[in-house]
This record gives sequence, C-alpha cells and structure tokens, in this order.
Amino acid sequence: MVAVLLSIALLIADYRGTRIDALRAFLAVTLYPLQSLASLPVDLYHGLSDLALSSTELLKENQKLKENQLINDARLLKLAALEKENIRLRLLLENSFQLGEQVLVAELLSVKLDPYEHTVMVNKGTRFGIHVRQPVLDANGIVGQVIRVLPNTSEVMLITDPDHAIPVEVNRNGLRTVAFGTGQSNRLHLPFLANNADIVPGDLLVTSGIGGVFPAGYPVAVVDKFEARPDKSFATIYATPKAQLETSREFLIVWNDMAAVELGGAPKVSEADHAKP
Amino acid sequence: MPNHNAFAVIYFFVTLGVAMILRLISLGPISDLLNPDWIMLVMVYWVMALPERFGVFSGFMVGLLTDVLTGRMLGQYALIYAVIAYFTVKEHRRLRQFPVLHQCVFIFYFLMFSKLLVFGLESLKAGNRFGIEYWYSVFTSVLAWPAVFLVLRYIRVLARIA
Repeated sequence: MVAVLLSIALLIADYRGTRIDALRAFLAVTLYPLQSLASLPVDLYHGLSDLALSSTELLKENQKLKENQLINDARLLKLAALEKENIRLRLLLENSFQLGEQVLVAELLSVKLDPYEHTVMVNKGTRFGIHVRQPVLDANGIVGQVIRVLPNTSEVMLITDPDHAIPVEVNRNGLRTVAFGTGQSNRLHLPFLANNADIVPGDLLVTSGIGGVFPAGYPVAVVDKFEARPDKSFATIYATPKAQLETSREFLIVWNDMAAVELGGAPKVSEADHAKP
Repeated sequence: MPNHNAFAVIYFFVTLGVAMILRLISLGPISDLLNPDWIMLVMVYWVMALPERFGVFSGFMVGLLTDVLTGRMLGQYALIYAVIAYFTVKEHRRLRQFPVLHQCVFIFYFLMFSKLLVFGLESLKAGNRFGIEYWYSVFTSVLAWPAVFLVLRYIRVLARIA
C-alpha cells in the first residue's frame, strides 16, 4: 500500500514536472553499465562487419570519401564567401545575424526504450554540457531534439515521434507550416496547409527557425505526397525525412546560441572583410 | 544440506540484470515489438519463490529501475510491478502448486494489467495512438514464462536457495 502510494506520488511529481531529476540521474548512473552491455552485441556486429571489409572495398571507399572531401571543400570555400556576403547584406538591412553553431558528435546506444515511441538514447550527457531542447542532426538533416539528459546518456525524440512537431518552411518559396511525426519512421504529416497551397511533391522542407529550438535552414524532409481535398479545409500532405533515422549511428548535437550578434559588434567583421583584397 | 539463502539477493540482482539487458537489446523493429517483458517475469519468479524475502517493496524498486532504464515517467512501472508483486505474494502458495500452464494464465492477467495501465498513463500524456501491435508482447511474454520459470528454478536448485 505504501509502495503504491509512493509510486502514485512519484507519477504525479514527474507529470507535474517537479524536480526529481536528481533521483533519476542517480539511478541512471548505476544502470549505465547495463545499457552499455545491452548495446554491446550490435556494436560488436558493426565492428566485425567493418573488420570483414576487404582491402579493395576499403580503397574504393577511401577513394570515394576523398572525392567527396574535395567537392565539400570546394563548396565550403564558396560557403565562407556567401556567409560573409550574407552578413554584409544583413548589415545593409540593419538586421542582426546568427552566430555559427557549435556541435558535438554523439553515438547511438543500441537500446530500445519503447517500441511505440520514437526516442533513442545517445552516449553523451550532462558531463558534456548537453541540455534539454537541443537540436540533433545527422549528415542529411534534422533528427530530433534532446528531451532528457542524464549524466552519461541523453534521450532524443525523433521528428517522427507522434508527439513531435517541427516548424518548417518550403525551401522553394518560404511557405511556413508545421510538420508532425506520424509514428512511422519514414513519414511526416503536414496538416495545416490549405488545398491551394503552393507545395508540390519533391519540395524540400527546411527548418524555419520559429519556435527557437531548431536553427533555421537545415533540411528536414522532402514532400512526397500532396492530395487536395476539396471537401475539407486542409490538404493531405506527407513528407519523407531527409535524415537516415533508422540507419544513422552518429548524430550531431548542436548548440545554437540564440543570442543574435548585435549590430554594434558587427561592423568590425564587415570592415575586416572589406579590408581584405 | 547447507542453506545458501544469503546469496539469494545476489542471484536476484544478477538474473534481474540479465533480464534488463534482454529488455534493452535491440535487434530490429519486429523483435522490438515482440520482446517479452523479461524484467516482470524474473521479478514474479523470485517473489513467488521467496515471498518472505522479495515482496512488494522489491517490486517497487525493480519498477523504479525499469522506469529509469526505459525513460518512462518515474513511478509508472514502479506502481505496476508493486501491484503485481503484491498479488504474487498473496497468491504465492497457489501459484507454486499450479502446473506451469496454469501459471501462464496468471502471468497473462499480470501482463494485461501492466499493459492496460501503461496504455492509460500514456493516453493521459498524449492522444491514443496504440495499434494492435502494442499487445503482441503480452502473448510472447506468456510464451516466455515456462522457459524463464524452468531456467530460474534450475538456478535456484543449483544454488540451494530455499
């Protein structure tokens, strides 16, 4: 009876968001070895399949990566120039601009939390300064956001979780809307666009930066189905996430410093840029 | 025959640790859905076998650890496992006498209770979104019970825990 009352008290405390994180953190630290142990077989499998690669395959992969590196380097050169130009232009418009983001690579722990929720666990926690509501990316796009941080691990809610919504805009024309998770790992739902909205299959959705959790401009999903329903106010639109939610093992956790740089400090940058030949 | 009851707690925690690892191992979406509730099965066995040592409070602690392990609201599995441990303690004499198949029926009740409560609590948090696949693990857990029972009894007899 006491145990039942205690658990109900705990439930209410957690539901109301009272601070009982210390208890959770303490228990989580003691359980961390179990989690890494549970993650071991899958990690071993990946390690072994890496070992089993033949040298020709490795050479091929290396070649491909080098080519990619070259292309990316070239693109980055252009990006740096564009970024500076962007800062200058924003200065002309008397706008403040966003700082670059700091990232940390976190690896997926192969543990399942609950099959009916799209949350995953990664191997970095408060010890690395991670905090709740940080956006998580992979090489292709937005993965989700941090929902709970423990000392050694943190839990990430994927954008496909049925409880998750992410503010997006159509990259082509800046049309803003919200994308909801569906519970299927390859599908997002856009419920709030009218039947005559300017959106077609193949449109890239990027984060709009509204809401403050996700930094603006990162790819989220590609629209794959648009169906106008004249009998309803809104069209049925589905999109496929860009991020490899099921296969990625490394994620980037982003610190997007929301404090925009004030204009007072900005001219220095632009003068320095102009000074350069 | 010497009695090794002092080691019972160690065996309890080791088997529970194995159950937790089994609970966490992820081998693909289908096996994730079918994965039995190992932690509950192991807990029920020990409470049934040694009710004077592992009771409602053990169930509560095990549930609390499960909550932390799987990122639930704190207290969710603590409540479920405490209630299940309570009924196991209350019925342990009868449960021990039953053949394994009859025990499966009890396990089925326990699991339905656990699943229904999680269902209710999760629906409280957000809208209803569970499909039929949510209930699959009830049946796999029932099927897993005879194996868990036999293995744990073998361990218990081997360790001479009465």
